[in-house]
Amino acid sequence: MSQISDLSQATCTEIRDAVRAKKVSALEVTKHFSARIKALDPKINAFVTLNEKAELAASNVDGKIARGEDPGALAGVPMAVKDLLCTKGLKTTASSKMLANFIPPYSATVVNRLEAAGAVTLGKTSLDEFAMGSSNENAATGPVKNPWDPEYVPGGSSGGSAAALAARMAPGAIGTDTGGSIRQPASFCGLFGIKPTYGRVSRYGIIAFASSLDQAGPMAHSTKDCALLLETISGSCAYDSTSATIEVPKWSEIIKDDVKGLRVGLPKEYFAEKMDGDVERVTKEAIAALKDRGAIIVDITLPLVKHAVPVYYLVATSEAASNLARYDGMRYGHRTSNITTGSLEEVYTRSRGEGFGAEVKRRIMLGTYALSSGYYDAYYQKASQVRRLIRNEFLSAFESCDVILSPVCTSPAFKIGERINDPLEMYLNDIFTTSTNLAGLPGMSVPAGYSAKGLPIGVQLMTRHFDETRMFNVSLALENALGAVKARRPHVI
Amino acid sequence: MSSEAVHTTGSTSMAHYGDYEPIIGIEIHAQLSTKSKMFCTASTDFGAGDNENICEVDTAMPGALPVVNKRAVEFSVKMGLALGCEIRKRSVFSRKQYFYPDLPKGYQISQFDLPLCEHGEVDFYLDGEKRKISITRAHMEEDAGKSTHHGEYSLINLNRAGTPLLEIVSGPDIRGPAEAAEYARTVHKILRYLDVCDGNLEEGSFRCDCNVSVRKKGETTLRTRVEIKNINSFRFVEKAVEYEILRQIDCYETGEKIVQETRLYDPDKNRTFAMRSKEEAHDYRYFPDPDLLPIEIDDSFINAIRSTLPELPLKRAERFEQSYKIPTYDSLVLTQEKALADYYEDVVKAAGGNAKAASNWVMTDLMRELNESKKTVETSPISSTNLGKMIALIDKGTISGKIAKTVFSEMWSSGKEPETIVKEKGLVQITDTSAIEKAIDDVIAASPNETAAYRAGKDKLFGFFVGQVMKATKGQASPDIVNQLLKKKLAGS
Repeated sequence: MSQISDLSQATCTEIRDAVRAKKVSALEVTKHFSARIKALDPKINAFVTLNEKAELAASNVDGKIARGEDPGALAGVPMAVKDLLCTKGLKTTASSKMLANFIPPYSATVVNRLEAAGAVTLGKTSLDEFAMGSSNENAATGPVKNPWDPEYVPGGSSGGSAAALAARMAPGAIGTDTGGSIRQPASFCGLFGIKPTYGRVSRYGIIAFASSLDQAGPMAHSTKDCALLLETISGSCAYDSTSATIEVPKWSEIIKDDVKGLRVGLPKEYFAEKMDGDVERVTKEAIAALKDRGAIIVDITLPLVKHAVPVYYLVATSEAASNLARYDGMRYGHRTSNITTGSLEEVYTRSRGEGFGAEVKRRIMLGTYALSSGYYDAYYQKASQVRRLIRNEFLSAFESCDVILSPVCTSPAFKIGERINDPLEMYLNDIFTTSTNLAGLPGMSVPAGYSAKGLPIGVQLMTRHFDETRMFNVSLALENALGAVKARRPHVI
Repeated sequence: MSSEAVHTTGSTSMAHYGDYEPIIGIEIHAQLSTKSKMFCTASTDFGAGDNENICEVDTAMPGALPVVNKRAVEFSVKMGLALGCEIRKRSVFSRKQYFYPDLPKGYQISQFDLPLCEHGEVDFYLDGEKRKISITRAHMEEDAGKSTHHGEYSLINLNRAGTPLLEIVSGPDIRGPAEAAEYARTVHKILRYLDVCDGNLEEGSFRCDCNVSVRKKGETTLRTRVEIKNINSFRFVEKAVEYEILRQIDCYETGEKIVQETRLYDPDKNRTFAMRSKEEAHDYRYFPDPDLLPIEIDDSFINAIRSTLPELPLKRAERFEQSYKIPTYDSLVLTQEKALADYYEDVVKAAGGNAKAASNWVMTDLMRELNESKKTVETSPISSTNLGKMIALIDKGTISGKIAKTVFSEMWSSGKEPETIVKEKGLVQITDTSAIEKAIDDVIAASPNETAAYRAGKDKLFGFFVGQVMKATKGQASPDIVNQLLKKKLAGS
């Protein structure tokens, strides 16, 4: 482990163990990954802001170890944090011109918990502006490249975190997922990525996109790393009334590769979709692998999920239009300098007009419309009702199975620029992931194979509310069964 | 606020409305006297410097989330119960959305279709007649900040932003200006009794918005209403409503149209004027706040609060009238403030039950002194026990009513006990008949002419003799005994 070349390939767990065992110092680890960012990020464009205090934080961990104090469960583990999470004193932009110079006076609970456990925030990663998008092309600092092929998108909205991780510029990353924003980039970049049960992780300090759907979660190179990171950031938080008070298991210690007798449900509606040949093949291989290890494959039906994408876009845009009203140029953020009449309305419209990108404006318009008098009942209200039915449908499906398996996306990563002018095509990309958020269920993307062109493809696992344990068990089984999948490295390395 | 007298007479005569009938409904915004704000831990202290009592929730920093102040819910339930409302077991916070610089989030968290309290009523006396006004609803919400305009620029102070409010909405049951004012006084009184609002009108912790319309008697539908804001005393409620009724009648009579608008009351000119020239039809796009779970309360929570409800002012006034045998007017004045009523009852107790004397002393001498020195019963130099003891001294004949006035002012300036004052100043009433007899004999001996005249039938001279005897005894002789003995002696026996 003391060899620098090994560090790039190490998991969070391995780094933590090595740091605690004094085989390598936290400072060396941070310096190593900072150097990689310097060398690789000009090609990838994953980071928006680097943390100048990262080395200081690492030295503090080393100091604790030297004094014989507990350095924490993530001692010296560098983290790439999506630039949607507030970091005290460190610029947080949401990849928007609106917040280009915003320095938060406080940190998100997730960030506080990571740092309290000894993790080192390396920097803030790019995203689709305000987490709205599936390709990381809607970012103020330009598109992020997929380390597996820089002509391709890394997925989104947590594309920067995914790309940073895939290019081994950090061993662990935090993303957020409102309709698939952790799972889809994890699939596109060959990573493990988990969207926890709604309420598992505090949303405090995470710039809101759609409050009833948003959840932060880890992205990593192994099931165990995901488990370790998730158990660190989970748990009730006094500052988020929607955070659950339910107990957080020590997943990193309890998960096991055991799927014998486990019922794996395949929703027929998900497989009826016109599917990319590579995705279909990889998904079938994953199913076969689980069957080999003793899982029972059952067919299930979720007839209402066909409404998930429209329901999602009504609920998410309504909440977003409201959540983004605070960006008015009054207290912080972009304020126009182009004033002619000097009226309040002009300051508002110009500041917001200049500060927000096209996709954000589109969603604000959609959401404002859906909540308007005369349309509320037909749109927001109806969508909320269907959302409840979708949730119920999942709960009854879980009476006949323990875990649901499906593709993450209809295809592997697509080329930069290919879909940017077709928002509807882009929205449909979320077809397998949005229903999980609508139902509040945990969902996970597990690397399962590659396309003919060599791009990664993941499969999605879903379990009952707060049953992340079982999801991790299945993930671990797949990880072990598909060992060759993990062995491949993107060409950038 | 307690200085305004109870309104029992002088309601505006309805005669000058001709065949018109006013319809009035009142919205009261009561600031709940919690230590921290509705949705965060920032202080509600009014006196702090500009923008000192704020946190990331009040300033709507990205990612900040609201958490409900439990105390504010308790206070609201308490007031709801006192107003005889049904308490909703599952009430919902909604977002009321509009842009204004002193509304940092771009929405106000309020309650919309599922308020905490509904269907209550309030009773009070007006012109000796009991009136009953329905309460449509009482719901919780947060206050906005404060804008001040300085020509070229405006300043925002967010100290008040997020302060908890209870909005109490009456039915359109009020039929005149005096009734409007008395309704507002009654609600104010109840809030103060419950100690859930400090009731300060000048500082804006109790605000009245009056909705006024008029119609021809016999009409069953309501005509266009006008909302009057900026009324900061009960007297102005009466005057503003009176002005507005007459203005509207005048409009109808001259064929002018009433527009639905918000008008401000100017107490200096005693008139209302339109707040904005063109009232925009706001679409507030209410929807349930996804950051807050519905407030769920159960019977035990409600019952626990119910058990802390004090005897309410009107009930108490009725009891005072019945069990203390004091006039209606006295009982209403004495129950204006809970502290005053408590004080009065303590005086009665200490006086050994002489409720009428207690009422007289409290309502005349004590309240005059309190008003003059801007004190309240809580800060009165004369404790209720001392005042009661003083009344007991009169009743026992230790001091006369006249001496009591001296004792009272001595208690006011020194705070000493009445017995001490009587002893120190030698104010004990002379009840020793032989001493009084001697004084009378001396007076008669010294006034042969007057004695002769009296005996000849000039009865009016009796007062002269009383005066002389009192003078000789330095005012300490018991007036009863003086009268009795003087009559006997002058009669010549």
